Amino acid sequence: MMKSLLPQSQLRRSAAAAAAARSSGGGAASGGADGAGSDGGAGGRVPAASTFWFLLHALCCLVSLFLGFRFSRLLFVLLFSTTALYSSTSSSSSSAVLRATTTTTTTTTTTTTTTNTITLSFAATANPPPSTSVNYSALDSAASGHTQSHVVVGRHGIRIRPWPHPDPVEVMRAHRIMERVQEEQRRWYGVKEPRQVLVVTPTYSRAFQALHLTGLLHSLRNVPYPLTWIVVEAGGTTNATASLLARSGLTIVHIPFPDRMPRDWADRHTTENRMRLHALRVIRERKMDGVIVFADDSNVHSMELFDEVQKVQWMGAVSVGILAHTGTADQPRLSEEDKQNMPLPVQGPACNSSGQLVGWHTFNSLPFAGKTATVVGEAAPVLPRGLEWAGFVLNSRMLWKEAEGKPDWVKDLDAVGENGEEIENPLTLLNDPSSVEPLGNCGRKVLLWWLRVEARADSKFPQGWVIQPPLEVVVPAKRTPWPETTAALSSELLDTKQDQEDRRLSRTNRSSQSRSTTKRKGDVQGQQN
Amino acid sequence: MMGSRVGWRRRAAVLLLVAVSLSAMSATPAAAAAADSVEAGREAEQHTERISGSAGDVLEDNPVGRLKVFIYDLPRKYNKKMVTKDSRCLNHMFAAEIFMHRFLLSSAVRTLNPKEADWFYAPVYTTCDLTPAGLPLPFKSPRVMRSAIQYISNKWPYWNRTDGADHFFVAPHDFGACFHYQEEKAIERGILPLLQRATLVQTFGQENHVCLKEGSIIIPPYAPPQKMQAHLIPPDTPRSIFVYFRGLFYDTGNDPEGGYYARGARASLWENFKNNPLFDISTDHPPTYYEDMQRAVFCLCPLGWAPWSPRLVEAVVFGCIPVIIADDIVLPFADAIPWEEIGVFVEEKDVPKLDTILTSMPIDDILRKQRLLANPSMKQAMLFPQPAQPRDAFHQILNGLARKLPHPEGVYLQPGEKRLNWTAGPVGDLKAW
Repeated sequence: MMKSLLPQSQLRRSAAAAAAARSSGGGAASGGADGAGSDGGAGGRVPAASTFWFLLHALCCLVSLFLGFRFSRLLFVLLFSTTALYSSTSSSSSSAVLRATTTTTTTTTTTTTTTNTITLSFAATANPPPSTSVNYSALDSAASGHTQSHVVVGRHGIRIRPWPHPDPVEVMRAHRIMERVQEEQRRWYGVKEPRQVLVVTPTYSRAFQALHLTGLLHSLRNVPYPLTWIVVEAGGTTNATASLLARSGLTIVHIPFPDRMPRDWADRHTTENRMRLHALRVIRERKMDGVIVFADDSNVHSMELFDEVQKVQWMGAVSVGILAHTGTADQPRLSEEDKQNMPLPVQGPACNSSGQLVGWHTFNSLPFAGKTATVVGEAAPVLPRGLEWAGFVLNSRMLWKEAEGKPDWVKDLDAVGENGEEIENPLTLLNDPSSVEPLGNCGRKVLLWWLRVEARADSKFPQGWVIQPPLEVVVPAKRTPWPETTAALSSELLDTKQDQEDRRLSRTNRSSQSRSTTKRKGDVQGQQN
Repeated sequence: MMGSRVGWRRRAAVLLLVAVSLSAMSATPAAAAAADSVEAGREAEQHTERISGSAGDVLEDNPVGRLKVFIYDLPRKYNKKMVTKDSRCLNHMFAAEIFMHRFLLSSAVRTLNPKEADWFYAPVYTTCDLTPAGLPLPFKSPRVMRSAIQYISNKWPYWNRTDGADHFFVAPHDFGACFHYQEEKAIERGILPLLQRATLVQTFGQENHVCLKEGSIIIPPYAPPQKMQAHLIPPDTPRSIFVYFRGLFYDTGNDPEGGYYARGARASLWENFKNNPLFDISTDHPPTYYEDMQRAVFCLCPLGWAPWSPRLVEAVVFGCIPVIIADDIVLPFADAIPWEEIGVFVEEKDVPKLDTILTSMPIDDILRKQRLLANPSMKQAMLFPQPAQPRDAFHQILNGLARKLPHPEGVYLQPGEKRLNWTAGPVGDLKAW
């Protein structure tokens, strides 16, 4: 057998390659058949070559370990592939390198399209890196029979913009869009012809008036219907009330009522009723058109109330939650059976199963018997009497002398309350109380809450809640420069203050405070001197 | 001479009759158009708007009288037996095939005489083979379909007459008649070769995709109408959520690294907008899901493993503008419903800019889309109610089939001519079922 006249190096290389191809170790033994002569020569080189491949293998493993298989493949693609973009599948190029050492699994299947996107894509817990995405797409149009979709199957990058936070201008635009959408909704599905709302409020000047009226004022400003606020003030109109009302921006009718508000809860209740009647007479005089809502200044109203009252035909009743305010720490101790029999603190219409009015729920005041407040400002529960006006709404046309379609079960307003009889609730305006319409899902929805909270009748409060003249200085602040105080006053005050501090410090630890006070003492005395 | 004069008079009479009838026919559309315009005027004041797609104003067409469908009586093992084995088939999003069969059985378009049928329907429930978890396994579906086609081609002559060109099948699975849930495998398999000439009624639609054949009818996935009806809230509840979405962003079970599921679009949504107060998106499944959709202005309908989802149906029923994030998707009844005017289409690469896109939409567009969505025909066309109601999805499918009539020239084969290759496809499919 003629020995092939190959140069030694080639023999060695082929032997080395053959050796490497089979296994990294023990290559010398397999090269027995040919190149026996070169065995000796190649024997010395084979270990070197195999160690080289072994080292390369180890390097690749380490890289994979730290970067992950995909990244390491990436790395080798970038290092070894020359025409990177739009070449044949990148894994095949990387496998050309790694074929000899590792068993790479090609990720492409020949009939499908694959995207190897090299994006620094999001790892589940790490911070999101910038979102560059470079697509290495291998389009294999031979596989599919028709025009290839540009939508590729496979792994894609997750696009994250560098500043994934909301832009305030866009947020405002979104809110404006929602506002407009809601306006359209109201137009399509809401009340078709919104009627004016006439709100009747009896009030008088006292400490809590500003508190109550401010709350009511804000509620009324949010009502989306045209509104007129009729405020009846006991004791004549005052500037304080007028200035509060002027700030509301609503249409106000400020009516004086000659009598002053009494201090007794029972009498106050009666006076309020008379004030309301007075307002109704004014409405009739001026032929005001709309739905009358009785909003007492201390009550709290929901917006749904005003939507619901648009549905009233002549006279409607809504459910009122009664908040019997207990001002003291000693609550009435209720027995167990009292607690169980405690009915809902709600006043309103009661319906039968077909939705017709059959009666009234009223507030059960028995558990509070004997413990209620008699004088305004007393710290005890204040309870409603019978049916409160706040739970009723009227169509103002009901009060007019002549109105189209006015039902005959409505008494004429003049006939009511003129002979000195007291009006307890609006039902006395009717001949037939069963024609009242129950609103708010037949009284099941509580639309407003009744509450009476007042300060003591002799409580002082600044006129119009404006501090005028400025308050007297009681204790000067430590660090702020205080303008013009008399020397005597200041030293007197400082001495007393330092005595107090010394006494405190003797009990607690001596810290820099003591140092500072002694310093200050020195300073002040220096000043004084 | 006499004969010709008589003939002339007769011809004149016929011509006169034709002229009168033509004018009558043209008058009625004119009258209808006049009535339409009056109605349109009235409707402009109302809160809905008429919908007309590329095929015209066809949502309200009545298919009865326009086509005849013959239903093959297949043995129970192809349909009823599968349902009795697992009745969950009736509730999942692939249930359209079952309900379509039931609808056709009692519909006025059904004919018992196959000689006068325009379309032939073989009721095979290919998505009723469920795992214990309730997901359909498509592995046997090609064999089931093949077996059914062999049955009908042996028992009746109508399949061989056209090699299936006047037959239609309902294939509501992920990738339609490719019968696989994984897109790569589905593309590899392609549409079942025996269905090459038949019309496919399927939920999957993506342009230039192997699994969408020319002439297929895309239908909405099944969403239970009674359940949606039960969760309606008063329409004057103000829409206070800007963008709403509930669902997975990462499918940690099948794609833990992310990037495969939804082509990375859902993950991108989450990463970009999880802290944005305008976007109410999460994987939570609250019991008030339907009510919340009715309180939202935009509802996201991104792709998942397949581009279609029942979210589109829910968004339309609840009046929430669908934001469709699926490149090249073909939406249901695309020739009858102008989806570009109704929904917002966002490309997957534009997802990071979604907030800019949605907030810079002109308000008139948004209001117009809401008006179109409020149209009851629109909502009806997306639903599969039982019993069937006029203008619902069943009728839209029949309308679609009717629009494909009359059958074109190549449908009927010459005797002895064969177009289908009965041995094509993977070997596993050729096994009998």
